[in-house]
Amino acid sequence: MRGKWRELGARLVHILVLLFFTVLLAFPFYWMLIATFKQNLDMYATRNNPFLFNLPPTLANLHLLFYETRYVRWLGNTALVGVIVVVITLLLAVPAAYALARLTGNWGERVGIAIFLTYLVPPTLLFIPLSRVVADLGLQDTIWSLVVVYPSFTIPFCVWLLMAFFKSIPKELEDAAMVDGLTRFGAFIKMVIPISISGILTVVIFTFTLVTQDFVYALTFISPEANQMVGVGIPIFLVRGDVYYWSSLMAACLIASLPIALLYNTFLDRFIAGFTVGAVK
Amino acid sequence: MAVVETRNLTKIFKQGEAGAVNDVNLATREGEFLVFLGPSGSGKTTLLRMIAGLETPTAGEILIGGRVVNQLSPRDRRIAMVFQSYALYPHLSVYNNICFPLKAQKVPRSQHRQKVEWAAGLLGIGRLLDRKPRELSGGERQRVALARAIVREPAVFLLDEPLSNLDAKLRASAREELEQFHKNVGTTTIYVTHDQVEAMAMGDRVVVLHQGVVRQIGTPKEVYENPADTFVATFLGSPPMNLLEFSDIVVGFRPEGFLPSDLVPGGKQVSFRYRVKYVEYLGAERVLYGNIEGSHFESKEIISRLSWNMPTGYEAGSVHDFSVSESDLHFFDRRSEKRTNPRPYPWQ
Amino acid sequence: MAVKHAKVKSAGAAQSPLLGAAMFGPAVLYIVLLIGAPFLLAIFYAFSDARIGSTHLHYVGLENFRSILHSPTFHQAVQNSIVFTVSAVVIVVICSTILALALEIPFRGRGIIRFLILLPWVAPVSLGTIGWKWLLDSIYSVFTWILVSLHFFTIYNAPMWLGQPHLAMASVVCVHCWRLIPFATVVMLAGSSAIPKEIPEAAGIDGSGYFRTLFWIKIPMMLPIINVAILFSAIFTFTDMTVVYILTDGGPFDSTQTIPNLAFSTGIQGGDLAAGAAISLFLVPVLVAVAYFMLRVAHRAEVV
Repeated sequence: MRGKWRELGARLVHILVLLFFTVLLAFPFYWMLIATFKQNLDMYATRNNPFLFNLPPTLANLHLLFYETRYVRWLGNTALVGVIVVVITLLLAVPAAYALARLTGNWGERVGIAIFLTYLVPPTLLFIPLSRVVADLGLQDTIWSLVVVYPSFTIPFCVWLLMAFFKSIPKELEDAAMVDGLTRFGAFIKMVIPISISGILTVVIFTFTLVTQDFVYALTFISPEANQMVGVGIPIFLVRGDVYYWSSLMAACLIASLPIALLYNTFLDRFIAGFTVGAVK
Repeated sequence: MAVVETRNLTKIFKQGEAGAVNDVNLATREGEFLVFLGPSGSGKTTLLRMIAGLETPTAGEILIGGRVVNQLSPRDRRIAMVFQSYALYPHLSVYNNICFPLKAQKVPRSQHRQKVEWAAGLLGIGRLLDRKPRELSGGERQRVALARAIVREPAVFLLDEPLSNLDAKLRASAREELEQFHKNVGTTTIYVTHDQVEAMAMGDRVVVLHQGVVRQIGTPKEVYENPADTFVATFLGSPPMNLLEFSDIVVGFRPEGFLPSDLVPGGKQVSFRYRVKYVEYLGAERVLYGNIEGSHFESKEIISRLSWNMPTGYEAGSVHDFSVSESDLHFFDRRSEKRTNPRPYPWQ
Repeated sequence: MAVKHAKVKSAGAAQSPLLGAAMFGPAVLYIVLLIGAPFLLAIFYAFSDARIGSTHLHYVGLENFRSILHSPTFHQAVQNSIVFTVSAVVIVVICSTILALALEIPFRGRGIIRFLILLPWVAPVSLGTIGWKWLLDSIYSVFTWILVSLHFFTIYNAPMWLGQPHLAMASVVCVHCWRLIPFATVVMLAGSSAIPKEIPEAAGIDGSGYFRTLFWIKIPMMLPIINVAILFSAIFTFTDMTVVYILTDGGPFDSTQTIPNLAFSTGIQGGDLAAGAAISLFLVPVLVAVAYFMLRVAHRAEVV
């Protein structure tokens, strides 16, 4: 009978731990959700319970966000930059990852690790010289500065992810294709890529999320409000003087975060497999 | 009394589907080497894991030493288990692997070294104590796993296909070592395998399982010479028993009993015209594959097994008189597949 | 006439080194041009007198480094960077291990919980941080409201989460942990699920209880993965500028200043590119150390 109590106790601890962390980690987003629809009088009344609607919810904050700020424009900028950077990344990273996974034997491993190490060089180290380079290229204050610079961190990451992926495809498949008459490159285009669609899709999603995460480069290279990305536009421009439009701010954060979260979540397992493939054999 | 007993033991993994283990009743004898034999999916590993306490039974009881142990966790059951992969702790040395159970059971520190050395000595791995598992060969790892199992002096050993990860050559010598080990130590052992040769060679008794159901329990001699149903009859013995189906009975005879007529000793026998289709030369024996002519079994492949010192001349394409002694015939009921009494039968 | 053998080399052989070079050339070129070159440029700037908009650069030797090393703000920044990183890593590793163990056991609703738990990591850094900025606001903070309701404080003497130096530091560390715990948890989960299930079972049969198995068997086997989590968490905290910039911009009174944030405010906001570059170079020793440890982990994993 004592075993039963022990089991129950363990279960309780289990649930408490999960509850504790889930609340801790997710409640800011719950909070953002409520704030989005709260009337200003409700938000700024210090006696009101912040977790509930003390006055009826409103869409005014959303209206303000979409019609009286450049929020939509920022979302557009971010999407555009994202798409272009994804294309550039795919064009460069897919062949590179394949070549490293297949063609250069022992060397491939070393170059692969070197590429991964470059991922450890942070934007907060490179942003100063790059700001100068961007200015000299005349790309200052335009989204093209980001289009040029972002692949510098998306490519290493994607090469690393895809290398692991390509290595898991049996070499016999390409051998068979070559015996059947394709060239090595032909085998790559016609056989390997179609099989790797899911891996490539993962890379697309993660490249996109990497683009949306950047703050330093966008902040450094772009000043005019109209050209800014959503991740920088919100903190910099939606803070107006001394009065914070917090509700709209929260709405902005929530709306920008959710689609990315959903995308990320679907492909998470693949991502983690890539991350840990080196350390966990 | 180190006897393991199961009563009506059942395990159903998915509601509505057939159980992995169905209503199994068995009991080991003190000190015996009992083999659970069956193809994959027969439930033998699930059965073993329930005895170990790693799976909870859906119904039925497990008794060890006369006590019902269903509620006990594995560590309280006084059992030791060797897994198929040996499950050695990769980050610990061989010494610490063997010592781990002693530490976990709070055995006084002063006794650790002596016990580890005793277990290691029993298995001849004394010189390996400082190595890590990844530096050991397959056979050495098996011995470490056994040492770790025996250091606790358990009441029962459970072995889950420990030889299947070894390559063929190593398997024979490892098997011999296991048999020797059991002789020296004498602990009641339950051994799971799908290899019927292993089962026959090592087991004091064999429990033949199929689809979660016990088909027969008996000594190797009993299950081989007196199979309880057609499954046991064809599972044991390689090449498998020949089975001829009639309207309501199935008659079986083993390939080694199906010989050229002049080689079959006198007495009641059944004879056939046998056309040889092809021959496998295996050195110590020859295996003939062919058909019985002139009966309505002509399309069925019948196997014969000749040992090396029997005359040659039974080539592909030739036709001969072959016979089976009536005492070597086995009869099974067609519907239930179970052994039944000999009956007259229409051959032609 | 000699018979020509059709050579079918396996895909592992370098059948066409030219093709290989063509395939990974562009990527390598991009990396060299956009990471290697700027890196060297940063070093170059650090030894010069570059300013935003200046057209000529002069070599000034170690002047920038000298003035930085004398600046008390810089000292504070270095100290903070280290303290924040170490604190965050310790908290993150402990919390993520606990959470990973809790998530390992299957239960209903696991998918939803996983989604919720991941939100801090997947949401863009700046946006999550803004949320916290409101949550830690001196007047309107949710925590303030809770504490006031429980009568620990009144509205007038409530803590200023981002306004008092030590509280601000704690807030910054907390936001970093909040972001990193999901990431580290997922990494830990991958590590623990890589342990063959038979090993903890064998430990159980050997008589080991939950905690003994955890500390003596599971965690030692997860060490490479724990290393990965530690190293990445350290990097993400040490080189991050966003959280500090949005929450406090280094204040109050430089108590939350960090190396990257100082580099930004000196170099871009202050216009002194050279000094900014010099400051940011102080990130390099830590990056090199991390790279070294990463390689060691990867190498060890190969040996096994």
